[in-house]
Amino acid sequence: MLQAFLQNIINGLAQGSVYALVALGYTMVYGVLQFINFAHSDIFMLGAFSGYYLAKWLSPAIQNPMLLMVSIILGSMAFCVAVGLTVERIAYRPLRGAPRLNVLITAIGVSLFLENLGQIIFGADPQVFPALIPTRSLLEGDGLVLNNIQLTVVLVSLILMGVLHWIVRHTKLGIAMRAVSFDIEVANLMGIPTDTIIIFTFTIGSSLAGAASILYGLSYPKIEPLLGMMIGLKAFVAAVFGGIGSILGAAVGGIVLGLAESFTVYYISSTFRDAIAFGILILILLFRPAGLFGTFRREKV
Amino acid sequence: MITSASRTTVKILSFVGCVLFILNSGCVKKDGTTGGSSSNVATGNEILVGEFGSMTGSESTFGVSTHKGILMALDEVNKAGGVKGKKIQLKNYDDQGQASEAVTIVTKLITQDKVSLLLGEVASSRSIAAGAVAQQYKVPMVSPSSTNPKVTQVGDYIFRVCFIDPFQGSVMARFAINNLKLKKAAVFRDIKADYSVGLANFFVDEYKKMGGEVVADVSYASGDMDFKSQLTSIKGKNPDVLFVPGYYTEVGLVARQARELGLKAVLLGGDGWDSEKLTEIGGDAVVGGYFSNHYSHEDQSPVVQNFVAQFKARYGEVPSGLAAQGYDAAMVAVDAMKRASELSPKAFREALAQTKNFQGVTGMITINEERNAVKPAVVLKVVGPQKFSYVTTINP
Repeated sequence: MLQAFLQNIINGLAQGSVYALVALGYTMVYGVLQFINFAHSDIFMLGAFSGYYLAKWLSPAIQNPMLLMVSIILGSMAFCVAVGLTVERIAYRPLRGAPRLNVLITAIGVSLFLENLGQIIFGADPQVFPALIPTRSLLEGDGLVLNNIQLTVVLVSLILMGVLHWIVRHTKLGIAMRAVSFDIEVANLMGIPTDTIIIFTFTIGSSLAGAASILYGLSYPKIEPLLGMMIGLKAFVAAVFGGIGSILGAAVGGIVLGLAESFTVYYISSTFRDAIAFGILILILLFRPAGLFGTFRREKV
Repeated sequence: MITSASRTTVKILSFVGCVLFILNSGCVKKDGTTGGSSSNVATGNEILVGEFGSMTGSESTFGVSTHKGILMALDEVNKAGGVKGKKIQLKNYDDQGQASEAVTIVTKLITQDKVSLLLGEVASSRSIAAGAVAQQYKVPMVSPSSTNPKVTQVGDYIFRVCFIDPFQGSVMARFAINNLKLKKAAVFRDIKADYSVGLANFFVDEYKKMGGEVVADVSYASGDMDFKSQLTSIKGKNPDVLFVPGYYTEVGLVARQARELGLKAVLLGGDGWDSEKLTEIGGDAVVGGYFSNHYSHEDQSPVVQNFVAQFKARYGEVPSGLAAQGYDAAMVAVDAMKRASELSPKAFREALAQTKNFQGVTGMITINEERNAVKPAVVLKVVGPQKFSYVTTINP
């Protein structure tokens, strides 16, 4: 019984850290621009496909599996940043200052565009993500199983979240970012280059999505152009649960959601997997709309 | 850092998110119109036959394989002079693996293209959805490989040339007990697929009847990527065999994760495993598993070997079970057309219903009163990348 409990914690953590990485992208853009970048989930999908093609090209050249994985992760992150910034430049920046609803609808449009573009380019048929590192069991006592991929997923996520935390809390760029998220107009008046900060925010968010997509591909080697849809919604729930706009909230929200799903499927039924995720969303909106770590600020009159 | 105005925004955004989710989960359209099929009588120099299948989407190899078989059959027939001096022309559309799309396409095939007979689909859920349309317009439909019992229960115009789930489920139950001598089974079914639920139910019934014990019966939903929680609970029950009657994409992932968790049970499945992608996704994890199928290209009978040789010559690949089923579906339909009193959908239906001892590639086909084919099944073993070897034939 205890083994099963611990096993579910391991499974939930691995799943949850991917949610958390994607949720960070949602929450950061929200923090700065107050809108949900629905295209974020499709940037995640593009990251997975770029990883797929990178693996094809790089695997004959790079023999060391660890080096190969790191270069693919970095390559995918770079690709996602390029896509994220292009989307920001073409679709969102012209709408700066427009009502938030306009930007939101644009974001949905971009998302649908990327999904359908993906279906045209990659085809709707799922592709098999290559196993970059062979699966090895690290722990197999008492029926409890932990493999190297699960550990990699959790560790890489934690490292990336740590780096992000450091950037936001302890660098000038991070301070500027927080200032922009606090009040974009005042920040502008104080001489903070808000457009640069927004670009920076998209860079971080997209690169995290790129990294998450490779970790995801390693754990579930089946990728398709609509891959981002469900992950995106789950990550969004995680971001709202943790308090949208809060970085710590997104990280905690993702992991809690991963664990909740894992336990629900084990102890209740797999049919409730999505129900529990969206149930959490409804409950949090009813009882604590600011989320776990979010705080409400009174609107200035 | 949220303002009270954005509190409402968050709510709106979440609502939009939920709506998007619901929209994307798909729904089946109902068509209210009813029309006779008199306009679908073949009058020109051609007999129009419609085919709908998943040429793209997550089960695209099903549609593509089936299409190859159908195409080959119809070319053979046309080369030999066609049916009653008329050539058969095939109209083929892609339903992208979605039931709602299948309904739209079949409506189009019947009302716009005016086909007199339909061939398709592989997946039972899509055959059921599209079958309702075919029945409504009274155009006969022959499904090559939909094994769920409900498919032909849609109406008297719906036929199939494959066996049904009760048979496939019980074949695997009998195989596990008689051939493998394993008496402790777990069942892992895809509750979103009629096909999988049907197979699982009949496996459980037959397995228990034969003295086996079903220690776990859990489910997943097609599209899921993570099965570790369910597999953890199955592992706790320590079964000898794990019956996963799903489609190859999920089965590959299930097998992989089962092995990662250290679950050592022998994997069993149905014809939904029949795809070269099974071993691509599942890797070594699916090797050693067994599944029931409609035919094996290793079967030494001359009918099969002749078909395999011709298929290889044409496409440069070994035909899968689905290709053979597609070929048989088209051939059974042609046989009925030849026997039909006239070239109308109604006459085709009558002739199809009387099909008896038709020698197909996948065995001797007789259509029974429920419009299902009565025929044997084979059991195959996964032995390596894209390699399935013939184990045994199990008769009805």
